[in-house]
Formats: sequence, C-alpha cells, structure tokens
Amino acid sequence: MTDKNKSKLCSVMNDTINWVDARFPLTSNIKAHLTEYYAPKNFNFWYFFGSLALLVLVLQIVTGIFLTMHYKPDADLAFGSVEYIMRDVPWGWLIRYMHSTGASMFFVVVYLHMFRGLIYGSYRNPRELIWLFGVAIFLALMGEAFFGYLLPWGQMSYWGAQVIVNLFSAIPFIGPDVSEWLRGDYLVSDATLNRFFAFHVIALPFVLAGLVVAHLIALHEVGSNNPDGVEIKKVKDKVTGIPLDGIPFHPYYTVKDLVGVAAFLMVFSAIIFFAPEMGGYFLEANNFVPADPLKTPAHIAPVWYFTPYYSILRAVPPILNSQFPGVAAMGLSVVAFAFLPWLDRSPVKSIRQRGALYKRWLAAFVVSFLVLGYLGTVPSNVWGQFGAWLGGADRATVVARIFTVVYFLFFILMPWYTKKDKTKPVPERVTG
Amino acid sequence: MLNSVNPFMHEENMSDNQSDKQQAGSQTCGCSQVDQDKRNFLIATSAVGALGCAAVAVPFVKSMTPSERAKAAGAPVEVDISKIQPGTMMTAEWRGKPVWIINRTDEMIADLPKHDDKLSDPASDVTSQQPVYCKNEGRSIKPNIAVIVGICTHLGCSPSEKMQHGGDMGDAWTGGFFCPCHGSKFDLAGRVFKGSPAPINLVVPPHKYLSENVLLIGVDTEDKA
Repeated sequence: MTDKNKSKLCSVMNDTINWVDARFPLTSNIKAHLTEYYAPKNFNFWYFFGSLALLVLVLQIVTGIFLTMHYKPDADLAFGSVEYIMRDVPWGWLIRYMHSTGASMFFVVVYLHMFRGLIYGSYRNPRELIWLFGVAIFLALMGEAFFGYLLPWGQMSYWGAQVIVNLFSAIPFIGPDVSEWLRGDYLVSDATLNRFFAFHVIALPFVLAGLVVAHLIALHEVGSNNPDGVEIKKVKDKVTGIPLDGIPFHPYYTVKDLVGVAAFLMVFSAIIFFAPEMGGYFLEANNFVPADPLKTPAHIAPVWYFTPYYSILRAVPPILNSQFPGVAAMGLSVVAFAFLPWLDRSPVKSIRQRGALYKRWLAAFVVSFLVLGYLGTVPSNVWGQFGAWLGGADRATVVARIFTVVYFLFFILMPWYTKKDKTKPVPERVTG
Repeated sequence: MLNSVNPFMHEENMSDNQSDKQQAGSQTCGCSQVDQDKRNFLIATSAVGALGCAAVAVPFVKSMTPSERAKAAGAPVEVDISKIQPGTMMTAEWRGKPVWIINRTDEMIADLPKHDDKLSDPASDVTSQQPVYCKNEGRSIKPNIAVIVGICTHLGCSPSEKMQHGGDMGDAWTGGFFCPCHGSKFDLAGRVFKGSPAPINLVVPPHKYLSENVLLIGVDTEDKA
C-alpha cells in the first residue's frame, strides 16, 4: 500500500469515528472506561477474579442460550431432554458440561473475588455501594444456581428444590402460603419446573446483567482499591491530573487479565474434559436418577457452593417448636456480608497494615467456612455419636454448631476487634 | 454558572442548585415559592399511577398460585393393606405425597411408650398433626397399623425407613425413621425425637377403614371423635 492510500484509509476511518462520536459517545466512553481509566499499578494475583467472573457470566449466558434450544421445561420430558442433549445433540455434551462446570467455577471465582475484598478492605469507604451491588450479585447468583439446578429434574434437583422452597414455609404466619405460591402447587411439580425455567433463563439473567453494570459504574466512579489500601487519587500529577500510582486499564490490565483468562481456561477445560462431575461435587450422582416425589435419596446434600449455609441451617435446633431460627440463621449467614462496610471500624483497609487480632479472626472465619462447607457435603451422623454424657448427640452436629458460632462472631465482634487491633501506618504511595 | 433569573424555571431550586454542588449549601432552597397546586397535582397523579401499577401486579402474582388443575388433583385414595407383613411397611401416594402404612409388631407397639421422655411431643398435643381419632400413644386407629404422611415436618424431605434396632442409628435406636436431609429422627408412630431440626411430629392424614383390609386415605373417620 502506498503512503497516499494509507493516509486516505486513515482519513476514512477518522471520518467514520467522528460521524459516530457526533451521535454516540464512543470515543469518550472508551477513554473513560479503558484507555484513560487509571487503575492502581500494584494489582496482584487476587485481582484476576473480577474479570474472570465476567468471563464466566458470558460463558454461562452463551452456553445457556444454546441449551434452551434443546431443553424441555416439562416434568415428563425434562430429564430425557437433558440426556438427549448429552447423547444425541451434536456437541451437546460439551455445551452442557461447559454450563454445569461454569456454574461451579462461577462460585469459585466469586468466592475468591469476595475474599480479595475481605483481605484488602475493598468494601470500605468510599466503596460501600460497589460492595452492596456485589452482595446483590451474589444473592442473584445463588438464586440463578438454585433455579437452574431444578431443571435436569433429577432426584437431587427435586429434593433440593423441595427443601429450599420449604425454607419459606418456616417464615411465621405467611410462610406456608408463600411457599405454595412459589411452587404453584402443593408439592414441587411441573408448574414449579416451568416457572423455575422462566426465572433461570430470563428473569434472573436480566437482574444479574443490570447489577453487574451497576457494580462497574460504581467501581469506575470511585476507582479500584489495591493491596496497600492506598487511595491513588490522593497523589496526582500536578500538570495532567493523572494519579501517579495509576496506569491505564487498557492496555496494561486488559493484557494482564488475558493471562488470567488463559490460565483459567486451562483449568476450566481440564475439568470439562477429564472430571466434569468432579467426583460428585459439581454434578451429584443422585441427579442421574429421575425425580421421584415419593422417595428422598438416602443422602441428600446441596452442591458444594451452598454447603456452608446448609450446614448452618442444619446446625441450629428448632426453638419453641419452630424451624424458623435455623432458616433465619442461614439467611443471615449470607446477608451478613452486606453489613461489613459498617462493622469494620479499623483505621486501615488492607490486611498489610492490620494487626494480629484481625488476622486471627479472619483465619477463624475462613476455617469455619471451610469446615461448615465440608460438613454440608456429608450426612450429620458421619462422625458417629457422642456418648450419653452429651445426650448421644451427633458429633458432626456439635462441631457444626461450634463453627456456626465462630462464623457469626466474626461479624458480630468485628466492630470491637477491628478497633482494638494494633495497626501499622498506611503508606503515602503504593508499594508495588 | 450564572444565577440570573430564568423565565422558564418555575421553582428556583430545580436544576441550577442540583447541578452545582458547591452552591447547594449556601443557597436557601426556595421553599416559599412552591407551587402548591402543581405539587398536589403531581402527588395525586403519582398516587393514582402507583395504585394502577399495584392493581396490574395482582393478576401476575395470582397467576403463580396453584391452578384449577393442580387443585383438582387431590382426590382420596384407596389402599389394600392385607399384604403388609407385621414389621414392614408400604408407601401409597396421596396428593403427590408419600403416605406410609406401617404394620407394627406387638414388640414395636410395646416399645413406643418406653422412650416418651426422649420425644418433643410424646402425647401428640399439637392438634394440627393428626385427626382427633389418632391422638393416642400409637397415633393410629388400629394399634398396629400406623398411617403417616412420609414428609418431614422440617423442610419436606421424605425420611428413610430405619425400622430395625441399632445399626448405623446407634445402639439405643428402637426403630423409626431418619430424615436424610437434616437428620431428624422419628419413632414408629412418627413422633419426633428431641434435638431433631423437625419441630413437630409427622402428620397423620385423615383416613378411614372401608373394610378390615381396605383403607381410604383423605377422608375422615366420622363418628369416632
């Protein structure tokens, strides 16, 4: 191409962009959110998971669209149509495994993303709304996972839905009517399956997408936190007004995130091709048996990402002939995250400046979360019973009760131990 | 921004003050110039609009309640119980739920009162859990035949049959049911053991005997109050 042709092409492209910019804020948005959006230069490993969550959301939506082309939301046909996708639809097995593995991986990256927020204090002023939108995304995601899990109409689908919908009947006075309304029948049935399909494929994905946009708008308004908990907007270049510790999101972090995407896709593919059921943790064995409303499988447990909360539900005994306290505790164990911005009274954000007290409580919380998560995957009589001195109580139940208390103490005592903690001074600039 | 009089702005606190954050504190809000008629009109139309939205929501919310077809599917069922051996049980389906019919042996019946102290509600005082004619130790019309809805009163799973002594339920176990979902335990009369997440005993459905061996589930025994 000659120089003359090159410059002609350039001017055509410029004209096109100018034409668009006069009608739609294309260039200014690219600048505001990518090329001139300044993110702290010291992001580390933990900062991969936000963009990975977005990647998984896109994967779930795309694979989901293709699954709906073959799936039948009908109690008589649903189970068969999933097997049809697995066996007869060309590449159906791949799309279905991408979707089912994607569900679990979504929770993996979201839990890691949330843990990042915990350790670096990303929920603190001025990022409370980012955090609240995030908690809402997490709740919507749990709903999405729950509704989706009924669709294969296997035994676990059926009894899982039965239990979760019945959680609402524990609400005093209005509960039984609420759960009947949710089911659209007196038991989980075709009506329930059909509406869960509607929630799963249209209602919640819309809500999720909207919340993700709100999460990102709030993030770009105040800017990212970073591992040092330093506000990079405090120190700006006097002439350009650009934060001295900031680098443009594109190309620096787009390229960094692509490395994360590559690594993630290797893990993701390995699971899909070699262990799509993940030993019963991603797809439970009982879900390969069609739903039978007359027979609960001998051992039922939710998928791994719900097990910590499920353990809490199981651990709380009924009070005054009511199962409501257990249900309330489970609900609270999820919603508790929303209160973090106001529970944390520490003068510092990041774990790098926190003292031993906070670190110990955080460690206790992580251990409780993991132990409760494990116990939720096994029957409550897994470790046998204590002797008569403890009333013959199940050992696992007692352990779950102890860790449930620790789980909640992490939140309840936070105002106290974050204030009392001995913290280090926050550096002026990021430390790289 | 100039604070000149704008002939198109009725209330001086509309867009000028809101867009200019720094001035918002120093200016009076101009409340004295509120056009009350206009405000009343706006409030009234908003209220009517909100009412309209609420009214339109009703059919959508109602559309999710059980349909006429679902309501019609609750007919009583007849069960022949002659083939249930003592010490075993069968499961019938009534309104889509499992109903257990348990033929208890004399030994099982004799075991029932022995563990009353370990139960939450040994005398079945919660009246909604059984018809009046089944408020007795065995929660049944005939002492040996128990008819129980096999749905845990906790969160609706169907408990597993553990009718034998001991086993994985521990040495003190004298037979009953164990809910696999959240570990609730019930005895052979469907009474819940203390410490279970289930708050109340299993439900005994309305039922009556049409003859010695034919049971009708879903219809009350009339006169045995």
